[in-house]
Amino acid sequence: MKRYSPFQLTITFAGALILLFIVAPLVGMFISTSPSDLFETARDAEVQQSIKLTIWVSLSATVFFAIAAIPLSYLLARKEFPLKSLVSGIIDLPVVIPHSAAGIAILGFVSRDSVVGKMGSAVGLNFVGHPAGIAIAMAFVSLPFLINAARDGFGSVPERLEKAALTLGASPARVFFTISLPLAWRSIVSGLILMFARGMSEFGAVIMVAYHPMITPILIYERFGAFGLKYARPVSVLFILISLTVFVALRVLARNRNQKSTPHA
Amino acid sequence: MLELRNITCDFPGFSLTEISFSVGDGEYFILLGESGAGKSLLLEAIAGLNPVKSGVLLLNGKNITSEKIQQRGIGLVFQDQAVFPHLSVKENIAYPLKGKHLSTSEKNRIIEETAILLQISGLLDRRPETLSGGELQRVALARALVQKPKVLLLDEPLSATDSKLRSELRSLLRQINRMGQTIIHVTHDFDEAVSLADHIAIMHLGHIVQSGTPREVFGNPANEFVAHFAGIRNFFKVSITLQDGKCIAFPENDLAISIGESTDDKSGYILIRNEDILLSQAAFESSALNNFEGIVLDLYPSRAGMDVVVDIGIVLHAQISRESAEKLELAPSRKVWTHFKASSVKLIST
Repeated sequence: MKRYSPFQLTITFAGALILLFIVAPLVGMFISTSPSDLFETARDAEVQQSIKLTIWVSLSATVFFAIAAIPLSYLLARKEFPLKSLVSGIIDLPVVIPHSAAGIAILGFVSRDSVVGKMGSAVGLNFVGHPAGIAIAMAFVSLPFLINAARDGFGSVPERLEKAALTLGASPARVFFTISLPLAWRSIVSGLILMFARGMSEFGAVIMVAYHPMITPILIYERFGAFGLKYARPVSVLFILISLTVFVALRVLARNRNQKSTPHA
Repeated sequence: MLELRNITCDFPGFSLTEISFSVGDGEYFILLGESGAGKSLLLEAIAGLNPVKSGVLLLNGKNITSEKIQQRGIGLVFQDQAVFPHLSVKENIAYPLKGKHLSTSEKNRIIEETAILLQISGLLDRRPETLSGGELQRVALARALVQKPKVLLLDEPLSATDSKLRSELRSLLRQINRMGQTIIHVTHDFDEAVSLADHIAIMHLGHIVQSGTPREVFGNPANEFVAHFAGIRNFFKVSITLQDGKCIAFPENDLAISIGESTDDKSGYILIRNEDILLSQAAFESSALNNFEGIVLDLYPSRAGMDVVVDIGIVLHAQISRESAEKLELAPSRKVWTHFKASSVKLIST
């Protein structure tokens, strides 16, 4: 029989405790929710509307902001420029500041009195209480996950491949789209999924910008405040199940795509 | 023709300084030097991948010093091949042809012709991760050649290959060169340089120390570094005096070495080929003017027989057959006589 050292037993026990700490509350919540409650909640139009809105807005925010965030990641991975460390620090800022404070900052940024708010008003768009405002709040807190993952992905592409492409007559733009982007794709997709998932789960920043239309984290909060734990629990379970399903589906899709395009990796 | 005029490039902790040479059309030019000499950096500077601080780079008379990389018409094959791992062999070779306004059939024809030349026709649908080092090298060469570069730069193309493959690739490179392709090839391997080069430039610590044909460079090494690179061990700095109408060289001590040729120079280098030195157990009368007793420091097998290192006041390297070494019963610390003719001492002026 294999013998374990006291050190191995200690770290295994510590690891098991941490795992239990994460799993126990979730399992407890699932056990406490009856299938009938869950079924009834799934048929609730307000819940359905809220989940659709949450997924849709987070997905839109991820796609829209990725268009500029991915080139920025490439820049951070490849170029040296003054104050680069400061720029990297600024990108990580949303992770470290309280999200309610981030929400207040965004509210000031998009309110009707602000430059952005006035520009929106000019085209009939009021960010406050609008899905566009929610998307901005979600993107603010989740962008670092995409930028950091994509930067690491671009950083792991050998520069020699890009140099080789340049000597083969490719323009820098063609090198980016045909060499750097496909080879960093796996990390970028991971970053996109993380950004999307983080955006979906955001509460603190979004509630400051838009209580209505109600995204699911705010709906859970409202049901808890108005009706108590018993009514908030089924919505939470349903949202977790849907989030997990979307998360797993995206991971599987990304893996299949990577296996088709880069079987070497 | 590619011409480098006083090219200087700065890198952190290293510089390429005042590099000048020219490479004629269809020429096979070798840049030879030790690791860290700056050969690859120079190659990348020619390709446009490293910025040039000062100097001029001319290609067929046109100044390309600040030309965009993709518009220079210079192909580069990296030491590690840099074959794109996410593309098939065919897609790799086709990469430079995109945007050239060629029809699909024309592109396929070029790819097939190049694949036949490089003997990789059977690999076109393969993925790079399934290829051997030699096959990857051929793919990288094919990819560089399809764009018909005016100059092809090769960075240590034979360094990671075994001797059989190296011989095949050398033959292939000669064939490509005979088809009119101008090549600049970087290597640290003396044999590789001699077997391929029309012209050679020796690089050391960011400088070109000597250039010319292999015969010019290795027949008249400009300094000790070049001589050692060429495998010449008996290369000494000397002061020269005239005694009784004969030139005598003194290599930094009292040892007087007779030189066959006459000179007015007061100093220079002397070169004695290993195979021109005779060894004997005792002194004997002969036509050789240079006869010195010494002590064997070391002896070791070499391709031609045995190399014997003898201290005669300077350290001489002699090359003899194994049979001779056995007959003379040579061993470290044993006394031995060395003999070489004055005419075999080559004087190189400084």
